[in-house]
Amino acid sequence: MYVAVKGGEAAINNAHRLLADRRRGDRSLPSITIEQVVEQLGLSVDRVMAEASLYDRSLAALAVRQSRGDLIEAIFLLRAYRTTLPRFGSSVPIDTANMTIERRVSATYKDMPGGQLLGPTFDYTHRLLDPSLLTDEEVDVAARRPEGEDAMMRISDILAHEGLIEPDSAPDDGEPAGDLTREPMEFPMNRDLRLQALARGDEGFLLALGYSTQRGYGRNHPFVGEIRIGEVEVELDVPELGFAVSLGTIRITECQMVNQFKGSSKAPPQFTRGYGLVFGQSERKAMSMSLVDRALRAGELGEDVTAPAQDEEFVISHADNVQATGFVEHLKLPHYVDFQAELGLVRKMRADIEKARNESMDNKEAAE
Amino acid sequence: MESARPIEPQAAQALQQPQTGEGRRRAASLLARATRLELEKAWALLPKQPAVKPVRGPETGLVMVRGRIGGGGTPFNLGEATVTRATIMLDSGTAGHAHALGTDREKARLAAIFDALSQEADSHAFVERELLGPVAARIATEDKVKAEEAAATRVDFFTMVRGDN
Repeated sequence: MYVAVKGGEAAINNAHRLLADRRRGDRSLPSITIEQVVEQLGLSVDRVMAEASLYDRSLAALAVRQSRGDLIEAIFLLRAYRTTLPRFGSSVPIDTANMTIERRVSATYKDMPGGQLLGPTFDYTHRLLDPSLLTDEEVDVAARRPEGEDAMMRISDILAHEGLIEPDSAPDDGEPAGDLTREPMEFPMNRDLRLQALARGDEGFLLALGYSTQRGYGRNHPFVGEIRIGEVEVELDVPELGFAVSLGTIRITECQMVNQFKGSSKAPPQFTRGYGLVFGQSERKAMSMSLVDRALRAGELGEDVTAPAQDEEFVISHADNVQATGFVEHLKLPHYVDFQAELGLVRKMRADIEKARNESMDNKEAAE
Repeated sequence: MESARPIEPQAAQALQQPQTGEGRRRAASLLARATRLELEKAWALLPKQPAVKPVRGPETGLVMVRGRIGGGGTPFNLGEATVTRATIMLDSGTAGHAHALGTDREKARLAAIFDALSQEADSHAFVERELLGPVAARIATEDKVKAEEAAATRVDFFTMVRGDN
């Protein structure tokens, strides 16, 4: 139950003023610029864009700064901003086969056409704190080498002709894809909607669920077929022009997980696939997403649904960290009247028990 | 519909001019990737800056970016991106459109002007020489540098031959 309570206005104003003060921190230090956040904390920016489901590096950096680096708060800010804008339309589906490649690795094929490009990765670093970053030391420019001749084929295209791996579904561009920002969620849902929910889902939640499948809760024997990070063109059909125009490029991470599958009554023995696609550079998220995508296909592939990661309603209903934080954090808001009512109830119950006990004692004494 | 706001009849007429062709497509995509600075420089260099009437925008909105299930299957909605668009009309009556990722309204307005100028015989060569050419060259250089930087991180596998002893 909610009732109007007054008296917090001055406190709230001063709390916000204090927040602004703490956000600025020590005034003898220069304040951080949006460009610095974009350039030097780029992976935080990417995470905010991915989970806010809004690609805009500058606005995401603004949100990171405004939230003092609290990324879920930043995601919330960016989600709120997007609700203020009209939608111009939907892009032509992006073509990840034709993206520029910054990183591309496969754990299944050593000698895939185009090769293995490590790109700007934390892998193989020693995870030792680097004292050179305590100061503003000059950093070497990146090494360069002439690019290879081979096209960077997608692993799924390389494997497809053998028939041992599940092919992509025939592209059905007629039916508009489900959009959970427009329609309320209903279960069971199709894979397109699930992928939309997973793409904006909390990285930590999906990581934990992906991990749970590896530990045996819905095991699906994954291999990283391919991870690729790079930039892809976004095109929009503009009716006024009568053709699709490029709007520019966005950075994305794609993960093709290849899963061993012994077959079921619904599908022959073959490798099946889980798919991850995320805004920005985030292979942890893309890998987790592809593990969970595969786990959620249990029903479709005729597997037993036994583990949390295979439970569509459980996974999709709890993946959104803005919804989750809203409901968890609302507990701190005033519930004075609810609590008073509960307090009265507990007092009454205790009094009733006390009374019953006294009466039974009285009866006992009387009997004696 | 989900479009922003109704378009005036005059604007609708401007929007319906037949404009097709690969050249137009290329110009639109280069204008989308031009920086605001590049556009401002080209504007300053114009021998005669045309009178421009705004028709629509500049306005910022969203485009839902779609991916494909598995990379090549049925489309799904990945997430939205901010897009700013503008439509203008030159005093000669030529309309120009621009769409670009991001929220820079001035960039969209200038891009729309250059889209119109690139369709006019008098200014087509100027736009190509001072704007589209340099932007294309910059993008090509940036792409080449990025590709070469990535290529330097390619793993060259070799096999260690172990001794028999």
